[in-house]
This record gives sequence, structure tokens and C-alpha cells, in this order.
Amino acid sequence: MIAPPVIDDTALLAFAAEIGSAGPVMVRGGGTQWDVGGAPDSDIREVSAPTGIVEFRPDEMTVCVRAGTTVAALHAVLAEHGQRTALPDGSVPGGSPASTVGGTIAVGRSPVTRLGDGHIRDAVLQLHYVAADGQLVTAGGPTVKNVTGFDMCRVLVGSLGTLGCIGDAILRTRPRPEHEQWAKFADAEPETVLNTAKTATAILWDGSSVWARLCGHRVDVEDDLVRLPASYEVPPPDLPPFRWSRRPKDLHRLPNETGRFIAEIGVGVVHCERPDPNPPPVPASVAALNRRVRELFDPNRRFNPGRSVGQL
Amino acid sequence: MKLRRRTRADGAGQHHADPCVAELIRALGEDRVRADGAARHLASADASMFSDGAAGPVCFPDSTEHVQAIMQVAARHDRAVLPRGAGSGLSGGAAPLGDPIVVSTTRMNRVLEVDEQDRVAWVQPGVINLDLTKQVTPLGLHFAPDPSSQQVCTIGGNVANNSGGPHCLAYGVTSAHVLAVEVVLSTGEAVVLGGLEAEPSGYDLRGAFVGSEGMFGIATKIAVRLTPNPESVRTLLLSFDTVADAAATVGSVIASGLVPAAVEMMDKRCVAAVEDFVHAGYPRGAAAVLLIEVDGLQRGVEADTEKVAEIGRAHGGTVRVAADEQERALLWKGRKSAFGAVARVAPDYYLHDTVVPRSKLVEVLEAVYEIVDRYDLTAVNVFHAGDGNLHPLMAYDSREPGVNERVAAAGREILEVSLAVGGVLSGEHGIGVEKRDFMEYQFTSADLEQQALLRRSFDPHCRLNPGKVLPSAHSCADIASLSASKVNGVWG
Repeated sequence: MIAPPVIDDTALLAFAAEIGSAGPVMVRGGGTQWDVGGAPDSDIREVSAPTGIVEFRPDEMTVCVRAGTTVAALHAVLAEHGQRTALPDGSVPGGSPASTVGGTIAVGRSPVTRLGDGHIRDAVLQLHYVAADGQLVTAGGPTVKNVTGFDMCRVLVGSLGTLGCIGDAILRTRPRPEHEQWAKFADAEPETVLNTAKTATAILWDGSSVWARLCGHRVDVEDDLVRLPASYEVPPPDLPPFRWSRRPKDLHRLPNETGRFIAEIGVGVVHCERPDPNPPPVPASVAALNRRVRELFDPNRRFNPGRSVGQL
Repeated sequence: MKLRRRTRADGAGQHHADPCVAELIRALGEDRVRADGAARHLASADASMFSDGAAGPVCFPDSTEHVQAIMQVAARHDRAVLPRGAGSGLSGGAAPLGDPIVVSTTRMNRVLEVDEQDRVAWVQPGVINLDLTKQVTPLGLHFAPDPSSQQVCTIGGNVANNSGGPHCLAYGVTSAHVLAVEVVLSTGEAVVLGGLEAEPSGYDLRGAFVGSEGMFGIATKIAVRLTPNPESVRTLLLSFDTVADAAATVGSVIASGLVPAAVEMMDKRCVAAVEDFVHAGYPRGAAAVLLIEVDGLQRGVEADTEKVAEIGRAHGGTVRVAADEQERALLWKGRKSAFGAVARVAPDYYLHDTVVPRSKLVEVLEAVYEIVDRYDLTAVNVFHAGDGNLHPLMAYDSREPGVNERVAAAGREILEVSLAVGGVLSGEHGIGVEKRDFMEYQFTSADLEQQALLRRSFDPHCRLNPGKVLPSAHSCADIASLSASKVNGVWG
């Protein structure tokens, strides 16, 4: 009989030992999204995830990377083979060079390029994490396609470290495009850009101007720029600090009190100067189901006590 | 299709006196509950090899409220509940264990709303995959997951199995195309997981639900993402003298920075079967053919087509580019008819499903040939080469003494070979009953316990589709009715 692969990465085993099986603990990544989900309780033991790239397989378009590695460092290595992941490094608006792979997955927020690159959760193929009882666990699998068992990775992405402490990840990589650039469309309607700029992987709108990141074959980007006159090579705008979540079609109905905003057209995230005064309500039944998940995975609330996913 | 020698479910008609059936009829109406032997017989198996199931009463709800009522009756009577779409699943996910109440979604087959602006459709779970795409074609949109069974399989079933298909290489599997699901939990409560807004609050329970094989709840409404049809599509047929050349071409295409919409491979035996059946124009002499599709924008697609052709020729391949939509459709008809074509070779077939690293394709294919030859079986290979998703298909005649055991043994060895090179048990068919007892090959006890926790978060009593996916040590002490029934896996 075949046995499951044994986890023999000493860095990962040491991480699991440090997390242990009792007492409150939290894992700090780059600290770049530390405000999400509220402040953790004070005086909690803080642990860092291991760093380093375990295995990059350019021909498989996958990479196994330890959670404490910065996305920027990962992307620097992937770039040698013309690849990257959907996770944000410091090169996209809102991204930071300090963000780690584990932190980015735990927070689960996609960068502004979600329109073209997809949600970051779809790039996560396998996770090793430390469960509340201290055991090192495998979620998902190493291949680019896999439906073996329940989809634990999806639950871990965006869980803010409340269900398990991520030690490493196998991520799907993607080829870097032949050409990419930002362009600014001063007087265009955002929907026009969405429907016309076929190579756009991000479209940002501040209420008057539209910026788009155009990616793909150089000829296809050129065709877009013929269809839609633009100011070329204009850097994208900075993003205000707070995120509002809306349906893409509702971006035209943003209230006046947003202040300065940058909306992700086609996605529905709005970056604002202040917190959302009216976040979409969470029905009690859904909140209860979320609480049940956390209680079962971490019955003693040892992971990140004080922080909560979606203010539930 | 498969010939099965099945005994009719015992005790046709006995449930009329069953208080559970009486309650279901009171809740849903007489025309939505069938407890007769014929209805239960039809629901007693799916398209898998597993044929020992026995279904309880079969319900045909047409609303969320009906499904809630069924769950409440089931809870009162401590009965298992099994959702069922088209029954086209290949892993026994819809094969009943433990006399469950079967919830057929066939009457929940309406497309409820199409939002053209946000490219989202709300559908009921019984909508046929291809019917949705046909309905939104005039809008220039389609539903991207395209399993080979898309003419019959339902979107509810796609959600349960996180289904794939040839085009998920570029577009992703079902999970990437589901924004929200209304789910009736085993308590009878209806919850909406996920949402149409950009970042729904809480854990990604939508993502957890997709692929949960009917064990977390019953989807009653699904919000799916609709994908714009590409501006330009080119389909190439590449033929090779060796399987190794074809596999090397796949590797080179992926490594070149292209992400084709689809990369499908068929071996010589498959080509012969397809040509006899639909005359798709595949070259019979080739050891392997690749069907590669590139899509996107006009000029980029021209460049990609040329690049794929060049790579193919560099590996000794002969390249044909479909000249028009008619030729393209014919090439795809060959691929999508492959399973039907094989059915002409022998009355039964077993379609396997594993995933291996792309770089191991040749090694694993050679092992597959060695295994099936050793067991004196006929195997054809038609599979999603682009993502390493193998589908060895063994054709046989189950009337031949001992052949079922040989198929099972060969299937097990193919699994072992796939796992040994770093693969996984299933790429798109799911675990169901078929591979349940092999989960311990891929996952540790601690891994499986975490999966069991997720299940219990949704269904604390393990009332939904009990006995599937998780080996028995990691199931709940499944409900009383199940323990009395035979729950051996197909190969167990």
C-alpha cells in the first residue's frame, strides 16, 4: 500500500514545533495588512513562518514556497523563467514589497489585477499548515488540477490564520506577458474601457479618469490603444487605504460621501479614504456557520484570538 | 453505455406505509414523491461502476422550500439524504448508500436570471450545463466549465464535483466560475454562501461547498460567472509517430509561455475508435494526436497558432489547422465522442481519472499500457494533456468471467503509479465511493480529520450523502440506517 508523502522539510517541522499544540499564538508575515479583521489580543506569542523557495518547476508552472518568503523575492526567482503568480508584489498598486506569501494567502485579498489574473485563491494548489492540535497537515495537492477530497485550501485562503498556520504553499505560476503597460484614458466611461480594452487585466476609475493595465501580445495591446486613444505609460494611481466590497454594476451608484476613491471596474472593490459605513449585511445563518467552522477547527481559540474574519 | 446486472430495489411499494414517505407526500404533494420500485431502481446507481446501491423514496422538488421541507422530514426520521443531478458522475457520488431519501433536481431546471452587465446568471441546480451556454450564446457569453458530459450533466452536479473539462486548462474549473450558492443545510436552513459583491464576508464557504460531493448541503440556486466568447479561436490537430513526441510537444507548448485554451491527447487506439464512429478526419496511422486550441484576440491568436505549429513540427509532428468553424466543430466532435466511440468496442467501460505532473506523462502512459496488457484488457487513452489529467479508459465485457476483478486491479495499479510520481487521485471526477478507500494513500489521518471537521461544520449529523469521500474511520459514526447497509468501495 502506498503511504502519503512524509513531510520532511526541517524548516516546516520546526515551525510546527514552535506553534505547538497549546496556548495562544499568531503568525506575523510582512505586517502589511495587519489591520484586517481587527487587532489581535495583546501579549500573544508571535511566530514567523519559514522562508525560502522549496522547489520551482517552470515546466509544470508550479512553485513550492515557504510562507514567510516575500512575494517580491518569489517573483524575482520566477522572473528568471518568465513566470510569476497572481499574488501581489510591490509592483502593483496596493501591493508591498514586504508582503509574504503566507500573509497574502491568509488575508486573501487579491490585487487590482484580479480582473485579468483571477482571484488569488485560484492560484493556491496545496498548503501545508499547522492545525490547532499542533499537527502538520496537507490541504489540496501538488498538481495543477485536483478534486481529491474537500477543498481545504479555499477555506484557508482569507481565514486570517484563525483555522491553521500556513507553513508553505504550492502555487500555480503563469507566464509573464510579452508586453504590459499602464495607460490612462482621460475622458472614457469605465464600461467603455471594460468592453473595449480586451487586454486589460486591471481597470481603475476615480470618478473621472480611467487607468488600465494592458497585458498580452504586443500587437493585441497596440490594437486596444488604436480602439481607445489613451495617454501611454502613465503610472497607476495610489490606492486609498480602506476597501469597500460592491457588485461591479453598483460602482456607478457610490454615495457622495466616499471622498477620494479608486474603484476596480469589473471586480467591485472600491478603495476609499474611510471605512465602509454600510457594508453588505451578513445573514445570521451564514454568520453562525462561519462561527461553527472556527469553533471546530480551533476549539480553544488559540489562533489569532481577537481577530475575526469579516467581523463575524 | 454500461450494461449492469442490477437487482431491483427490494420491497417496491413498501414505503407507502412508511411514515417518512407519507410526510414527504404531505409536504411536497403526491406528484413530487415516488416510492415505487421503478423510481427507486432508476435512482439506485449513477454512471460509475458502483451498482450495489439502494435508494429510498425519490423526491422531485421544484423550489428551495421543497428541499427545506425534505431536509426537515429527513431529520425527524433520521434518514440520510442524497442529492442527485443527471446521475452522470463516474465515481459513485450519486450512488445511494443506506437507503437515503433521494433529492432529484431534474425539476429545478430553470435559468432564473441573466445579468448581462455583470455577466452572472442565477440558475437552478438541475439546469443542463450546455443548455445554459446555448441560452446565453446570443449575448456572446458562455459557461466555461465544459465536461465531456455537458449535454446531460447538470450545473448542480458540476458544483458538487467541481467539474472540469477540456477548456478549464485556461479558464479554470467550476470553482472559479461560481460566485454564490444558495444551499439548504441538513437542518433545513437555507444559506447563501459567497455573493455577487467583490469580497463577501467570512470564510470562503462557497469555495468549501464547491466539490463537496453532496455532503455539505443541497444547492438550490447557483450564481455562475458567464465568460465572454473569445474574439478568435483556432484549433490545431497535430499527429505524431510516438506518444513521447506528442507529450514533449505538450511540455514545450506550456513552457513557451503560451496558455492554450485546451490541449487534448488521444492515442492510436482512441483515434481508431473515433474514426470508426464519427469520421472526424483524425490520421489513423499516428501513434498519438493532439488537439490544441488557442483563443483570444485576432492577431495574438495568429501568432500563437504559428508558434504551436512550429513547436509541433520541431517534435516531428504533422500539423493541420482547422480552416473553418465546420472543420473545428468536427475535430471537437471526435474528441467529445471518444467515450461513445469506445462503447462500440465493448459493452462496458471504466473511465479512470488521475492527475500527474506534465513531465511524467510519457512515463505514466507507458506504465498504463504495461498494466492493462498484463491484465489482458483493452485500454484507450483520451485525456487533458495540458494539465496532466489522465483518463485511461478500459473497455471490457462484464459478462466475461473474472473481468471485473481484472479491471479493478488494473485501476488500482494505475492509481498507485500516478501517486508514486507525485500525482493525485482525481482531477475532475471526484472521490465518491470509487476512490474513498484510497484517500489514505494521498492523505494522512490528520489531513483527513481536518476534512472531516469541515464536513461536520456543515452537517454535524453526517446526514448528507453519508459514506462518501472520507474513509470510514474519518466519517461521523454515520447515521444508523447506513451502518446496516453494504458500503464497500468499488475496489474495496
